[in-house]
Amino acid sequence: MAGNLKQLSHKPERLASGHRLCAGCGAPIIVRQILSGVDGPLVIANATSCLQVTTSVYPYSNWRCSWIHSAFENTAATIGGVEAAYRALKKRGEIDEDYKFMAIGGDGGTFDIGLQSLSGALERGHKFVYVCYDNEAYMNTGVQRSSATPFGAWTTTSPVGEIGQGKLMGRKDLTAIVAAHRIPYVAQASPSHWKDMVTKAEKAFNADGPAFLNVISPCVPGWKYDTELTIKLAKSAVDSCYWPLYEIENGQYKVTYRPKEKKPVVEFLKPQGRFKHLLDPKNKQLLDNLQAQVDRDWEELLRKAGEG
Amino acid sequence: MGKLIAATGNQAVAQAMRQIDPHVVAAYPITPQTDVVEEFASFVSDGLVSTEFVPVESEHSAMSTVIGSSAAGVRAMTATSSQGLALMWEMLYIAAGLRLPIVMAVANRALSAPLNIHGDQSDSMGARDSGWIQLYCKNQQEAYDTLIQAIRIAEHKDVRLPVMVCYDGFIVSHSLSGVTLLDDDKVKAFVGKHVPLYPLLDSKNPVSYGGLVLFDFYFEFRRQMVDGMARAPRVIDEVAMEFAEISGRHYGRYEKYKIDDAEIGVVVLGSAASTSEVVVDELRAKGIKAGVMRLKSLRPFPREELAKELGHLKALAVLDRADSPGALGGPVGLEVRSAFFESEKRPKLINGIYGLGGRDTTPEHIASVFYSLQKIAEGGKVEEPLFYLGLRGGKDDGRQSEAAIAQARAAGQRA
Repeated sequence: MAGNLKQLSHKPERLASGHRLCAGCGAPIIVRQILSGVDGPLVIANATSCLQVTTSVYPYSNWRCSWIHSAFENTAATIGGVEAAYRALKKRGEIDEDYKFMAIGGDGGTFDIGLQSLSGALERGHKFVYVCYDNEAYMNTGVQRSSATPFGAWTTTSPVGEIGQGKLMGRKDLTAIVAAHRIPYVAQASPSHWKDMVTKAEKAFNADGPAFLNVISPCVPGWKYDTELTIKLAKSAVDSCYWPLYEIENGQYKVTYRPKEKKPVVEFLKPQGRFKHLLDPKNKQLLDNLQAQVDRDWEELLRKAGEG
Repeated sequence: MGKLIAATGNQAVAQAMRQIDPHVVAAYPITPQTDVVEEFASFVSDGLVSTEFVPVESEHSAMSTVIGSSAAGVRAMTATSSQGLALMWEMLYIAAGLRLPIVMAVANRALSAPLNIHGDQSDSMGARDSGWIQLYCKNQQEAYDTLIQAIRIAEHKDVRLPVMVCYDGFIVSHSLSGVTLLDDDKVKAFVGKHVPLYPLLDSKNPVSYGGLVLFDFYFEFRRQMVDGMARAPRVIDEVAMEFAEISGRHYGRYEKYKIDDAEIGVVVLGSAASTSEVVVDELRAKGIKAGVMRLKSLRPFPREELAKELGHLKALAVLDRADSPGALGGPVGLEVRSAFFESEKRPKLINGIYGLGGRDTTPEHIASVFYSLQKIAEGGKVEEPLFYLGLRGGKDDGRQSEAAIAQARAAGQRA
């Protein structure tokens, strides 16, 4: 399927260098891995996001394929319109080439403000791949909590103070919500496991209907860690089962990577400034709560996959 | 030539859409536009069009979808009303800013709150700064004719702006009238094959739409929209002439009714123009020199033309089917008043708000406006530069008097 790194490295890059994303940002790594899982003509719709503003500063564009940004909450509807136009042209015999379609947004544009548009496009069965690069907060506006922000995490709108100790609520399980639309392919991936990600991207682009990839995307300024740790943190998220790698293909759950030894979630949290307060002994209960949430979700996933 | 049918405004609009046969229609139902979506869905179901019909989950997604389709390089249309247009707000500006030639039918309806489903023009009036061309129709036939012309106007290379074709909710959208349809092949030939400009679906020439444009270029982009709008009047006029040749029906950006030799007149948009024309005929029979100026193209606004055509009047009333709380008057009133600022010859001007939430505007109401104008024309003062027509409560200061409400209750009406 995904081939080896050498083969992938010979594929044409559709996201050119020179973008203005931060050093160590997970997003461009994810985009390049996913785009190496698709060949041929492609149109991308991009939600307003860090990725969008840093790759399209007029009069430049980093995109070597056709790309459209219209707004924040409507990326699925926008790509749905492009895909409908393509189907109309095909029906009338006015286009020869075969196109693929991708939408990409952050967790704010996907979990929160874009959820309705995403749900509508999935239900209508547009043939496209929606990619959420989930950095677990509104990073483009400077780290505000979203419904993807995990329990206990500091953000500027879930600050740590005399009383407050970060976000009080857990994350929304968006992958499960998307899966409830009964679309042919849904998966969670991480840039630390490139082969797993490229394989999932290939499956998504070849699915007979809408597909969804939820990808964890470490964010240097939002998570507060050193730039060289991006891939290590992504791996740590997977190894602690904080971000399990799995897919739901035609309703069948499958864990695509099972860590040999499930690491404590604290190993994932430790290098990140956003969780610093959770390491304070007075917050042991909060840390335990977060570990318990991770354990509960992992057990549930194993059960769904028939591995529990 | 053509075929005479009985059609509501919505049916007439749906027939035009069938004949245009756009590549994509994305729409969401809302009263009073719903029949357009229903009729069109049945055309799709019956194989009468080859359109991809996208039954979206909201108007925001309707506009987002047609934006995607239009940028992809195809002809894309939608229709809405009221709250639906309000929900599209953000995307209206984006459709115009990306210079996408989308055509949208708007069955005008009041905005909440309180909830009201009936006709007024508050919805599209609020969108008048969005960069869309706005054409207001007075009846079912004109809604049909204008929708067909709108395709040519929007897609013209000198314009490249989206077009809203507005017609009054219920009064036009739901009432039956004789409508003469053109033959299908004539409409097909008139709108022509869609010629895409910078389509997304051109893998050899990839394009980026909707990038980040900061203080160094944004201003120039917005000015280019203004330039496109400035070129629109010529295109609208040319398309109207060409349409007249195939249909025998011609519409200007504004339509004059007995105004050239009039002493008093009203400026009005939409179906109330027809009511006003009836009143003018009655007044003319009594020797009163009254006339009507129906404004069809609110955007682009025919500033110089209106100032020239109406400058000779002694008194003029601008009738607005929308209000602008706290402003000097309704949106059209403000604009017409401004149009006269540089004119030496200008009438005394009053501005009336009428028909909000579908309140019936009768010939008597319009006649009362003309009688007020007559007094002003005879040298009287303008006592009420802004008035409310047909509002209950006597002195039209916006409050309903207890007595009027009691009277209405006694008459068995709901207060």
